Amino acid sequence: MSGPAVEVRDLVVRYQGRAAVDGLDLDLPAGRVLALLGPNGAGKTTTVEVCEGLRRRDAGEVRVLGVDPAGAPDALRARLGVMPQGGGAYPGVRVREMLGLVAACAANPLDPEWLIETLGLASCARTPFKRLSVGQQQRLALACAVVGRPELVFLDEPTASLDPQGRRLVWELVRGLRADGVAVLLTTHLMQEAETLADHIVIVDHGRVVAQGSPESLTAAGADRELRFRAAAGMDLRLLASALPEGCTVTEPSAGSYLVEGSIDPQVLSAVTSWCARQGVLADDLRIARRSLEDVFLELTGRELRS
Amino acid sequence: MTPHFEAGTFTPAPGRGPLGRMLATQVSLETRLALRQGEQVLLTLVIPLALLVGLALLRVVPLPEPRVTSVLGTVLALAVMSTAFTSQAISLGFDRRYGVLRRLAATAVPRWLIVLGRLGGMATVVAVQLVVLAGVALLLGWRPGTGSLGWVLLLVLLGTAAFGAAGVLLGGTLRAELVLAVANIVWFVLLFAGGVLVPVAALPGPLAAVVMLLPSGALAEGLRTALLGGAPTLGQVLVLLAWAVIAGGIAGRTVRWS
Repeated sequence: MSGPAVEVRDLVVRYQGRAAVDGLDLDLPAGRVLALLGPNGAGKTTTVEVCEGLRRRDAGEVRVLGVDPAGAPDALRARLGVMPQGGGAYPGVRVREMLGLVAACAANPLDPEWLIETLGLASCARTPFKRLSVGQQQRLALACAVVGRPELVFLDEPTASLDPQGRRLVWELVRGLRADGVAVLLTTHLMQEAETLADHIVIVDHGRVVAQGSPESLTAAGADRELRFRAAAGMDLRLLASALPEGCTVTEPSAGSYLVEGSIDPQVLSAVTSWCARQGVLADDLRIARRSLEDVFLELTGRELRS
Repeated sequence: MTPHFEAGTFTPAPGRGPLGRMLATQVSLETRLALRQGEQVLLTLVIPLALLVGLALLRVVPLPEPRVTSVLGTVLALAVMSTAFTSQAISLGFDRRYGVLRRLAATAVPRWLIVLGRLGGMATVVAVQLVVLAGVALLLGWRPGTGSLGWVLLLVLLGTAAFGAAGVLLGGTLRAELVLAVANIVWFVLLFAGGVLVPVAALPGPLAAVVMLLPSGALAEGLRTALLGGAPTLGQVLVLLAWAVIAGGIAGRTVRWS
């Protein structure tokens, strides 16, 4: 298990002439977790499907465990665990039957009964797929993705319809996979999920990489140049602007969320807090050092991650 | 409640399962799914059984004696058409909608094995139908001694291939709701005007000429002849073969996996 798990260079996929993925690069080292983060329609699912061998690409180089997935060679697929978006099962199949079928495809599967128990599916093990809740369908899809003891797991929006408890379960599972040396490529539009799970985050929008790095490096970049705080929306900023040192600006990027840019020093901090005091408002969530991934994303794309 | 996974739980040990086990699991699962879905059982077993019993016992329609032998050919043709065409097309349409083909395509199963598994499930259901319908016919007084059972089996096989290819072509290309509507309408039309229930000889001339070229006409006429001890015509065998090859060929190029 040496060499990268996934390598993508200049990937292009077009739908009816429109580029859904437009020159995308990815690197997932063996045994690590990579999160593809972006809004709906950013090209995340398309990229993952190309890596899984389920979709053709129009241009670019893709290597998955050192193999080109384009022909979806049987030998490669046997090493992958795939959780397609929305799962995938016969409408009338019972949970236990479906997991049993996918387990039968693998040489050394995990115990399906153990997975059913662990993923909280015991109460619906005999329920037909079409009568499961979306969350239950998603947990079955997750079980199907890991039952074959793969080297590399693709999880497309693994927590999209789960309650907080289900989400923690998935997170714990991803940590367990990583701890045992399984590489994971997951897509998400949840910043917290990417920040919590991933060694490496790739932010995509309109089929392109707009930023990438570790969660820390993404949120730290340019941090000493800004100060953020929350307060009542629509406050008059002219007074504050005049109290700030030369070169500093203050704006309200979204309602109630204020951003001071420039060289942030104690004098700036003092100007902000005393201005707030004079206005009779309490500055909330005031921070200098870190931006959230949400801020990074908003700055890079001008779009909210969750619309 | 969140579980903690012990080290080594997920240590990779990938590999493909034995092909025989994969195939057997899929065939057995698809057979069970077909035999426990109410609408499909109505189509594949209940209606053919009701027709067999009803037409054999009630003398409303004049039929050559022994009545049960004449009816059995009709009912076997209907059973094959119901399973291989209508039921197969509808389940394929909804299986695609629910993404099961993509799900299976993403496992270690070779694609040809997925197709083989589907065909195996369909063939198993046809075998169950044969056993049930022949068993009930025996109870109603059918004596297989007079028929050419070799021809019957060959015709059932060819009919399954012809209708199966057409069913896959329909179920594999259209939207699930459209498949449901078309597959049922075609079943209904072929039952009454396609040479299944009403013999080709009783149809008006131009229609009869068309029906001879349909898999329904060729299969039903061939089965009725074979059960009475005759042999199907070369034309009937060729019609079934042609449908299997042509529909199968088009399906191979056009069927979408999702």
